Amino acid sequence: MAQSVLDALKAKFGDAIERTESSHGDETAVVKAAKLVEIATFLRDDPKLAFDAPVFCTAIDLVHWQPVGPVLPGARPAYDGVSPRFEVCYQLRSTTFKRRIRLKIFVTEAKPTVASLTPLWPGFNWQERETFDMYGIRFEGHPDLRRIYLYEEFIGYPLRKDYPKEKRQPLVRRTDLVGDH
Amino acid sequence: MADLKTLVLGRKDAADLDREQELPHELMTVNMGPSHPAMHGTVRIVLTVDGERIVAGDVQPGYLHRCFEKEAEYATYTQIFPYTDRLNYVSPMINNVGYAMAVEKLLGLTGKIPRRAEYIRVIVSEISRITDHLTCVGASAMELGAFTPFLYLLKAREWLYTLLEEISGARLTHSYVRVGGVSKDIPDGWIPKLTARFVEIRHALVECEAMLNGNKIFRDRMAGVGVLSKADAIRWGQTGPIARACGLDYDVRKDHPYSIYPELEFDVPVGTTGDCFDRYLVRIEEIKQSLRLVEQCLAEVERGGADGPIMTDDPWVALPPKTDAYNTIESMIRHFKHIVDGIRVPAGEAYTFVEGGNGELGFFIVGDGTGRPYKCYCRSPSFVHLSTASTIMHGHLIADIVPIFGMINMIGGECDK
Amino acid sequence: MITTKLEDAANWGRKFSLFSYPFVTACCGMEFMSVAAPKYDIARFGAEFPRFSPRQSDLLMIVGTITEKQGPALKRVYDQMTEPKWVLAFGVCASTGGFYQNYHAMPGADQVIPVDVYVPGCPPRPEQVLDALILLQQRIQRGDGHSQLRLKREKIVMKQREAEE
Repeated sequence: MAQSVLDALKAKFGDAIERTESSHGDETAVVKAAKLVEIATFLRDDPKLAFDAPVFCTAIDLVHWQPVGPVLPGARPAYDGVSPRFEVCYQLRSTTFKRRIRLKIFVTEAKPTVASLTPLWPGFNWQERETFDMYGIRFEGHPDLRRIYLYEEFIGYPLRKDYPKEKRQPLVRRTDLVGDH
Repeated sequence: MADLKTLVLGRKDAADLDREQELPHELMTVNMGPSHPAMHGTVRIVLTVDGERIVAGDVQPGYLHRCFEKEAEYATYTQIFPYTDRLNYVSPMINNVGYAMAVEKLLGLTGKIPRRAEYIRVIVSEISRITDHLTCVGASAMELGAFTPFLYLLKAREWLYTLLEEISGARLTHSYVRVGGVSKDIPDGWIPKLTARFVEIRHALVECEAMLNGNKIFRDRMAGVGVLSKADAIRWGQTGPIARACGLDYDVRKDHPYSIYPELEFDVPVGTTGDCFDRYLVRIEEIKQSLRLVEQCLAEVERGGADGPIMTDDPWVALPPKTDAYNTIESMIRHFKHIVDGIRVPAGEAYTFVEGGNGELGFFIVGDGTGRPYKCYCRSPSFVHLSTASTIMHGHLIADIVPIFGMINMIGGECDK
Repeated sequence: MITTKLEDAANWGRKFSLFSYPFVTACCGMEFMSVAAPKYDIARFGAEFPRFSPRQSDLLMIVGTITEKQGPALKRVYDQMTEPKWVLAFGVCASTGGFYQNYHAMPGADQVIPVDVYVPGCPPRPEQVLDALILLQQRIQRGDGHSQLRLKREKIVMKQREAEE
């Protein structure tokens, strides 16, 4: 559907686009982190592309990624402990051309930093804060990067696969209850 | 008397009061705490005000963060349906349908759902959209002091809850849709009841509009308040009634049609000024369009154009019929595997979006070949809309927060996931 | 004898004029609106108009999920209410956490404040809520609510201290 967008990106940026895929009607481009802001600005300002609306921003923690059974085209290989752990996904929409595109950036656990797209689309402000809150991905250039869903006293990043689901960090409990609660 | 004035206003000389002088002022921080009377869930707004005028507002959500994504990673695909109900809990069927469509996209079943199931999905989605808008308009009107429209619209909502309870079993959190279809068929006598109620709902809407549209107090409090320009709406990612009130003609049902919407006729109301009053008018008009959509679907169902099964017969997705499950060992094992292991979805990722009550509701699912998703992210429209609240509020009075917040229709479950 | 009769009369008055503070957080709020609406009228029981200030209310209805972030706010609201006060946990999330067993949803509001009546259901039907309200009224009449018992205990302790002196 939006294969022309991927072609235009590859034509302009060459090897900054590591991989492109098109599955289930979605076009995805894996880009190098260093060129992210340039690519995003091109996507927004070029009149033939005009991706003016932000859709979502999230991240995927690949540390437990071991797919089973038939793998659809474009799915990533099993995690081997060496490749980058996090995959930050941005989805953009074009109001005039009714198209969507997904940008993906791989970041490592040691340096989970990505350039922020909030200066380009203010709609990503809270979504990037949410990704920081849940996964610990830092966004450089974000005007106000702090936790959004959880409280400041919370330690850890809960949506990472190594955070146990039921590990609570209570702020207040009744003093007359006995035992572990 | 002069002493009292001196004491109260800090003046050394009572004659000072007669001269034109500005009273000293400084900015004040006011907390609209997580529990406040505007019955719209829990959000904390830390306001910096200059008198009554808002200078800055720090909106802090997250008081209802119930970890939808984390729970989804530990539950099978069918077990996630109750969690999706509680996302936008005033229009739960739409969340169910959106999530089911996302899983079906990964399974490759889009377009292969039985026609009857598609019609039923659209009927209940639109009824859910009507309950969403009725609640929003009713609660907002009550907060502005109009208690009667609240009672009238809630009476109308009560009728719809009773009808939805007949078809799904629960008044509010239905968990009615399944991957591959719906779980139960339309009961006998439901369609005539629904058609009769629609007449009464239209009458309730007429009463409500008569009370609110020309009401000077309502208009003064809503018109010109909370204006958002169309360019800002696009940059901030607004969709749904808020974006349409700003003049942006974007409706997922028309621009990226799904299910059987291409065969149905309806209009999309678009506003002009982008203030709260336009958002209210857009919502009332959308209720009428939803009524129109449901009536078209019901006519088709009555005519016999939507007969057939309500669930796909793909054995990898659907549970076997109960007679088989109780009598043959293969079906019993298939039933067991579906319940315990879940529907096996091939590894891959897909993003599906539907028109929720508040805007574009999307589900981004990453499957890994097992019966539990690797990641299930919900793109919630309320979260995106609430992020603009502080820009919209800037420069308004504290009392204007009530209509602004009411018309943004932030649903806590959806915003905080 | 006279004190007990006075207390009975006071409890009778209290149970039929409950001023509720609906601490609404989530989906149960929709059912709370339905309970207050004309069909399942809660006004019949005297608990009609919600007082949106903890200082002016005596029934705290915890409607919906309580999260860890919300805990301090809930405790503060409860502390601000004047005695005697009662707490109704509306919905299974406020009672035990419901099916949200994770790092943020508190497993029941009674981790923070003492609860008098629990209403299960997700969300509970309005008839269940009215039944719970009747149970609460019976409890108020008997003088068994947590806050009423606390007041009685404090009176006994004070009397003992005065007797010792």
